[in-house]
Amino acid sequence: MTSISNIKKQTSKIKIILLVILFYIVLQLLMSAQIINPYWQQIICYAGVMTISALGLNLIYGFTGQFSLGHAAFFGIGAYTSAFIIKSANFSNPLLLIIGLIAGCILAGIIALLIGLPILRLRSDYLAIATLGFGIIVKVLFDNADAVFPVLGGSRGMVGIPQLTTFTWVLVIVILAVLILRNLINSAPGRALVSVREDEIASEAVGVNTTKYKTLGFVIGSMFAGIAGALYAHLYAFLHPQNFDFLKSIDVLLIVVLGGMASISGTLIAAVVWVLILEGLRVVLPEAVLDWRLVIYPLLLILIMIFKPTGIFGGKEFKFLHYGDKNE
Amino acid sequence: MWLKIENLSVSYGMIKALNNISFELKQGEIVTLIGANGAGKTTVLNTISGLIKPNQGTIIFNQKNILNFAAHKIAGLGIAHVPEGRKPFPNLSVYENLRLGAYLSNDKDFITQGLSKVFKSFPRLHERIKQPAGTLSGGELQMLAMARGLVSQPNLLMLDEPSMGLSPILVNEIFNIIKDINSSGTSILLVEQNANMALNIASRAYVLETGKITLEGNACDLLNDPRVKSAYLGE
Repeated sequence: MTSISNIKKQTSKIKIILLVILFYIVLQLLMSAQIINPYWQQIICYAGVMTISALGLNLIYGFTGQFSLGHAAFFGIGAYTSAFIIKSANFSNPLLLIIGLIAGCILAGIIALLIGLPILRLRSDYLAIATLGFGIIVKVLFDNADAVFPVLGGSRGMVGIPQLTTFTWVLVIVILAVLILRNLINSAPGRALVSVREDEIASEAVGVNTTKYKTLGFVIGSMFAGIAGALYAHLYAFLHPQNFDFLKSIDVLLIVVLGGMASISGTLIAAVVWVLILEGLRVVLPEAVLDWRLVIYPLLLILIMIFKPTGIFGGKEFKFLHYGDKNE
Repeated sequence: MWLKIENLSVSYGMIKALNNISFELKQGEIVTLIGANGAGKTTVLNTISGLIKPNQGTIIFNQKNILNFAAHKIAGLGIAHVPEGRKPFPNLSVYENLRLGAYLSNDKDFITQGLSKVFKSFPRLHERIKQPAGTLSGGELQMLAMARGLVSQPNLLMLDEPSMGLSPILVNEIFNIIKDINSSGTSILLVEQNANMALNIASRAYVLETGKITLEGNACDLLNDPRVKSAYLGE
């Protein structure tokens, strides 16, 4: 590699960092000046939360090729874990949110490992049904959780969760998630993950331990969902089992497919667009046709599938998400 | 004996695919298994590379019984399997496919050496290095599959029907490359329907019929054997 292209790479890296910082400062200023009101602040944070969760599912489905319909369950596990810890300990300092985030992330990861080892032996449709079943079990557990831990509220919902999630927290975790995913995918283990999606027999034949990599992708992806769930819990301060049912898994799946399988850029854009469209239409549309926004969105989806079945980005990436020795 | 298969039996549910077969391969040899469709040739290779678990038997490689090894462990012993139907990673570039061939190695020099050897044998792949594997032609795919097996510089290369679906000129080209690979020190286990070509480059051969080995011997003897001639060479 020549030094000129090295310098170019360095300057573009600095540019991206500066852009992100600028983006942060501008939004932060707009928020503290109340130009972006608290309602929209919450929506922007929610877009970030969905981005993190969808990046996790893209790792599982887009990159590793394992069709999971239980993503919302891991999101919920992260949410309830963090809410339980922070509420019980009565933390009110936003910095202490880190404890809840880590706990939610790790518990989601452990449960993904335990559930993943037996069910990742299944292929495509069978795996989808197994993860679907898992999601339903988890939702039923949430519904009845108050029998063991009254603080979780069961089917009445959990209230009074400290509202610690800030825009800063969300942005930091989004950036971390993007960086972790980018570095993972461009490494040798990342190539192994993708080879499992491409052809399991061939990847076994070249020496990839396919069970290990399927599990690795599933666990890391679920950890993303767990940490996103933890942010979600402290964003809305209220949790209800209904927020983690099967339809919520479908929402994340739609973001991944819409943005493009195996595309980090696509997921970033689709998650933000998805949240902003659903909420934005609420503001733009007149009262009488408000319910139609739930028609416009699926319609958009159908149109994209007809005209661009690979999703908006379909396997492509923004330049800054590329790196490494793609073609030495 | 370097690779020794003894009393190997495999079944798929109720169906017996291999019935008590035994054969062996010395280091540096090309050994071929020939036989008709459904004889069990592919099953033999899949069992050696650990993709299928047999009912009984032993597989000795380098004085180790590898019968119960997982597939990825067997690849680590230096046995490269070029599977039936080539099985490329279609959305990955030629380069990424080859890098995955050397997946088990962390040694950069070793990988670079493997890649340059492979590009010497298959210059066409070098021209297509950035192209997604799914866009290659049938012949190029066969080259890619073989190259992917060779990047790891294996001791034993197992080829499953490399001539399948290729024009006669390409088949010749592929078989010449197989000979070259062998003369540079890699032992080869070749499974083929194209008995004529296979027997011409192999030193020894086994004939497989519905899961049993019915004939074995030096390749040139089998080439002149009347039974082989009538059944497989169309004479």
